[in-house]
Amino acid sequence: MKTILLPLFLHLLLLFTLSPLLAGVIGKTKALFAGRTGPPFLQLYFDIWKLFGKKMVISRTTTWIFRVGPVTGLVVPVLAALLIPFGSIGAPLSFTGDLIFFVYLFGLSRFFIASSALDTGSPFEGMGAVREVTYSCLAEPTIFFAFIVLARLSGSLSLDAMFGQTLVASWHSAAPSLLLILVCLFLVTLVENCRIPFDDPNTHLELTMIHEVMVLDHSGPDFGMILYGAAMKLFVLGALVVGLFLPGTTGNMALDILLFIGGMLLLAVVIGVVESTMARLRLLRIPQLLVGAILLSFFSLILLLR
Amino acid sequence: MENNLIALILLLPFSGSLLALILPSNRFRPWLLPIFGTLHLVLTFIVIQAGPLSAANGWLGVDPLSRLVLLIISLLFCGCSFYALGYLRYRISWGNRVFVSCLLLFLASMTLAAISRHLGILWVAVETTTLASAPLIYYNRNRLSIEATWKYLLLSSVGIALAMLGMFFIAYAALVAGGQVSLQFDDILQGAATYSRPWLKAGFIFLLVGFGTKVGFAPLHTWKPDAYGEAPGIVGALLAGGLTSVAFLGLLRTLQIMDAASEAAMAREAFLALGLISMAFAAAFMVRQPDFKRMLAYSSVEHMGIIAIGISMGGIATYGAMLHLMYNAMTKGVLFLSAANIHRRFGSKKVDDVRGAITLVPLSSLLFLLGFIAITGSPPFAPFISEFTILQGIFSTGHYITGGLFLFFLAVIFIGMGTTVLSVVFGTPSENAGDKDYRETFTTTGAPLIMLLILLVLGLYLPDSVRHIFIDAAALLEVRP
Amino acid sequence: MNNTANLLLLLVVLLNFFLLGTSRLGSNIRTVAIQGGLISLLPLLAHGLSSHTLFLAVAAFLFKGIAIPYLLFRAVRQVHISREVEPLFGYVPTLILGTLATAASFIFSDRLPMIAEHSQTLFVPVGLATLATGFLLLITRRKAIIQVVGYLIFENGIFIFGMLLTEAMPLMVEALVLLDLLVAVFIMVIVMHQIKREFSTINIDQLTSLKE
Repeated sequence: MKTILLPLFLHLLLLFTLSPLLAGVIGKTKALFAGRTGPPFLQLYFDIWKLFGKKMVISRTTTWIFRVGPVTGLVVPVLAALLIPFGSIGAPLSFTGDLIFFVYLFGLSRFFIASSALDTGSPFEGMGAVREVTYSCLAEPTIFFAFIVLARLSGSLSLDAMFGQTLVASWHSAAPSLLLILVCLFLVTLVENCRIPFDDPNTHLELTMIHEVMVLDHSGPDFGMILYGAAMKLFVLGALVVGLFLPGTTGNMALDILLFIGGMLLLAVVIGVVESTMARLRLLRIPQLLVGAILLSFFSLILLLR
Repeated sequence: MENNLIALILLLPFSGSLLALILPSNRFRPWLLPIFGTLHLVLTFIVIQAGPLSAANGWLGVDPLSRLVLLIISLLFCGCSFYALGYLRYRISWGNRVFVSCLLLFLASMTLAAISRHLGILWVAVETTTLASAPLIYYNRNRLSIEATWKYLLLSSVGIALAMLGMFFIAYAALVAGGQVSLQFDDILQGAATYSRPWLKAGFIFLLVGFGTKVGFAPLHTWKPDAYGEAPGIVGALLAGGLTSVAFLGLLRTLQIMDAASEAAMAREAFLALGLISMAFAAAFMVRQPDFKRMLAYSSVEHMGIIAIGISMGGIATYGAMLHLMYNAMTKGVLFLSAANIHRRFGSKKVDDVRGAITLVPLSSLLFLLGFIAITGSPPFAPFISEFTILQGIFSTGHYITGGLFLFFLAVIFIGMGTTVLSVVFGTPSENAGDKDYRETFTTTGAPLIMLLILLVLGLYLPDSVRHIFIDAAALLEVRP
Repeated sequence: MNNTANLLLLLVVLLNFFLLGTSRLGSNIRTVAIQGGLISLLPLLAHGLSSHTLFLAVAAFLFKGIAIPYLLFRAVRQVHISREVEPLFGYVPTLILGTLATAASFIFSDRLPMIAEHSQTLFVPVGLATLATGFLLLITRRKAIIQVVGYLIFENGIFIFGMLLTEAMPLMVEALVLLDLLVAVFIMVIVMHQIKREFSTINIDQLTSLKE
């Protein structure tokens, strides 16, 4: 009993407490580059707290779908988090083929958030939903190719095993493929979380935003749930990148957890650096980059299969 | 002695090229061409007399094939160099430093290619011919010639780069077989029997495409009409007669390698296919061709095809192909040089603008007409002998379909080319454009005239000493170890 | 040694992809320079340090990494070429074609017999893939200067393959080959100047007056 409960507890604890911190680290890094002080590390915690204490304004034209979006946005990352190992802490929930479940969980939340955006009837939000869905649909093949590579290397179809101990050996035997996969997963993390160079989370121009524009009409606790859900999504996808990058285990539980947290924070810094040094791509160029990522992951599969 | 002779024939045109760069006078510089051309021809005769030569650790050497190609380029260049005197006097205001220098460098690189016995050196030499001839094609400095130069430069460079890959593949075939890895030609011939087949065959394909681009087989010929059409006539003659022979030498070397590896059957089939395709393309594009210089380019494509078919047949047809390599080069010299004179007089190379050339430039027109008769394989000129020999080889080996197609294409080309040539030469002259002051002089008509006389004599009587040059070259392609 | 070489070769492939996808002229030329610099390290990695490999590496670096990109950049400045690549058809199709060609060259080179010490290296597949990339650039790009870039990538592919057989190419021949390449690019740049002067553009789709 303890063997199941402990990882579950650790998972949820890490997920719930740490995910908003990543946004803080990214913000600080960007502020550092820009020579500003920037918001405090814990800003997102404050924001979410504040939002949960507020009342909601809900447009009269909306239906129940409008309320479902934020809820799925919050629940899905939690469920997805249970399928993947955080560093060397094994996944609490694992079965053969869960990689497909993992990908479609995010598909589900995307469906509902996009639907709730369309539900408002606002043309801006509809446009945001269209873009979000387009880019996600282009990002999906990359994830699948990456997972196929990992499945082939580990000989297993569950995420827990794919990101498990066999990775260390795989890094020795198939470093080129894994390196490409790492790059691809990092790109997927950026596009799925609407970071630069795909989307600028800071702009508030409806015409250039993707994710932000979808949730313009949400307020109060609903918006809080969306923010929290988004932070956890970044954490979950980031955990894949970190898990791939730092597959080893020290044997010591506490040390492993620290290593994982360190990796996550490093990832946040890297994202911050990327956001500070790159400009947002022109909308037309984004599909090109995403197709590039698909082809790269495809190539890494070829590299592995030859 | 051997070393000196080879060094001399290489350094002679090269030093001429440098001299042309240094010499300040536009009036006297062109004289370098006939001087060095004649010296080169004399040296070539000495080399041919001297028998097999080898120098620089076997990297350079003269075998019967080199002898033949050397003779072709040297004769053609010598003829063209006298023509160049007249041509450059006419174009004195354009300056000719780069032109003369590049022509001599072109000769030097062709010579190097002819006598190289190391595939790497051969590659460098053939690439240098491209680089040296690009400024020549661009001599007229107008839109069309720049376009032609760009296509020529890019296609030839890419093609020849493929040939380099082919050479590497063959070297790797040696490595896989555990043999000595060398690009020296004699080493390859010795070891080829043991080479790894997949690499050898892949290498052959790349070499075929690479040198084939340079030779101008269809469908790799697309640069050819542009380059030949836009280049000055003298350059067209040297490209169509000299450069193609040199590139063909590359193909023949490849064939020798395949022969030594007992894979000649595949090589010969490829030659046959390319030859027939080239003839078909040429036939299709020569009918109603509105530009008589482009027509000559397609004629060049056709004759490369004829030579390839001759080689693919083996036996007597190979001998015919060797003859044709030489005769085609000389006839192309006659045609391009006389066409250039007509072009100059009329200021156009479009058939619509050029009519009745015989009344305005009688000698050039006559040469053009006789050149046409020669190139289409009519007696009494020499190409008749070579084409007839090839045809004899085709039928005697029982390739009736090939023979039938061959004759059909020749007939179509004869009619297509004849229509164009006759309408250029005869009819009432159009008076409107061109250079009315242009007069034929001995320098611009002498060279094609002499080449035509040589063709006539060779067509009537082939001395034994000359015949042996061809027989020895053909024998080299028939050896089976 | 082989692992470092393989990693380097993989970088070459990534640069190929980047070239096919990028729209900026400057980054095209820069990529060629980087790729040239990278592959000039290959002789040292593949055959260890000797006077032959050192010479080859230095010469390749000077020519492919510095001199040729310098020539191209100078041409861009002097000819005032606009900065877009202007492909004949989109970047995504070329990228897909490039990946397919790369995959094909990996699969094809698996079928070729290799000697034992080369079977784990990526020289052959990457050489062929680079060749294919150069070819794609040559046929899908409108600008004369990008065609030169394509030609250079093409040559890089052959250079990579040639790394397996430095014994076969004597030093002098290698040097001459590199020199020929440099002169070829030099002449191409000159011709580009003339194209610009005559046509006031270097888009080769203007070069259509010569056809049947």
